[in-house]
Amino acid sequence: MSEMQKTIEIEVLRYHPEKDREPHRQVFEVPFTDDMSVLQGVQYIKDYLDGSLSFRWSCRMAICGSCGMMINGIPSLSCQTFLRDYYPARVRVEALAHFPIERDLVINMEGFIEKLESIQPYIIPKEERTLAQGEYLQTPEQLNAYEQFSSCINCLLCYAACPQFGLNSSFIGPAATALLHRYNVDSRDGGKAERMELINSEEGVFNCTAVGYCSEVCPKHVDPANAVNQNKTNSAADYFLRFLAPKGGAK
Amino acid sequence: MNKRRPYVRSMDGWWRKNPFFVEYMIHEGTALFVAAYAGVLLAGLYRLSQGEAAWNSWLDALKNPWYIAFHLAALAALSYHTYTWFKIMPRTMPPVVVGGERLPGWVITAGGLAAAAASCLGLLALVWGMAR
Repeated sequence: MSEMQKTIEIEVLRYHPEKDREPHRQVFEVPFTDDMSVLQGVQYIKDYLDGSLSFRWSCRMAICGSCGMMINGIPSLSCQTFLRDYYPARVRVEALAHFPIERDLVINMEGFIEKLESIQPYIIPKEERTLAQGEYLQTPEQLNAYEQFSSCINCLLCYAACPQFGLNSSFIGPAATALLHRYNVDSRDGGKAERMELINSEEGVFNCTAVGYCSEVCPKHVDPANAVNQNKTNSAADYFLRFLAPKGGAK
Repeated sequence: MNKRRPYVRSMDGWWRKNPFFVEYMIHEGTALFVAAYAGVLLAGLYRLSQGEAAWNSWLDALKNPWYIAFHLAALAALSYHTYTWFKIMPRTMPPVVVGGERLPGWVITAGGLAAAAASCLGLLALVWGMAR
């Protein structure tokens, strides 16, 4: 009945800001069963082998977007990546690429939060309505226009997949642009002109060279590359149309 | 005192770290063949403007084995460029809705490849007809 306990090697990129000058690799021998995710493997390390290991996680079911890591060099949610798929080889786990490492597998995401704020991720109503006028109605077609882009869980895998963001961290990047697009194409929203200034800016969509890997790694099929590239067209239209219809103070 | 000291990793050799990026760099690299081939055609146009003798000497130069090898390499590179170009195309355009349904990406890719193949064959047939 009792089988030999299987163990797998998990190699973790460690970094302690108070002790280490630079990150280093550490290998742990972790007992596992076929239903264990990489997140559970890392949790085993923290619970039984080395309590100082730091990482973010919450829901364990691919909706909170906290547990993104580089697993064998691929940006992945560690809760939906399984150890059995790597066994008997060693699994390499590293903090999400292109972000500064705060400690071990924890990245510094302040830059992203600032970008998220800058896109005004909320509906700026086209027309003010009183409660008595009722809700803002929308047809299924109008919902379809943005629904896919509203599925983003801010897991940042797309940034870890974007070499242009890695080379220039001021690039607004895939997820923030997808969310910006989500509001711009919402029939209830009237904030497009304000957001287009960001799209057109030095930090905007023309940093993208259509690598397309962001959409490959997105666990929610948001297709951020599509949002970014559609806005290249929008930006070009915005630029040329101003000669036909001057907008006054537009940049 | 703030004990935070976020570590920024180097981007050196970033494109060698993932097969997806290697393929991307090959795709971008094949654009050099597109530019080089455009240069060859422009040179031909320039020689044509210089008269018949110049044009004929350009045609003769094209028969050089090195030139033929370049053309074969360019054909391979441009084919790959075309394939990867249309592969990424669905990600770069607004959704195409046909009969209330969004057209899947592979249909757009297949349509692009079919259009490329048809225009190549059409051009080949046209030139073939003119040369006979």
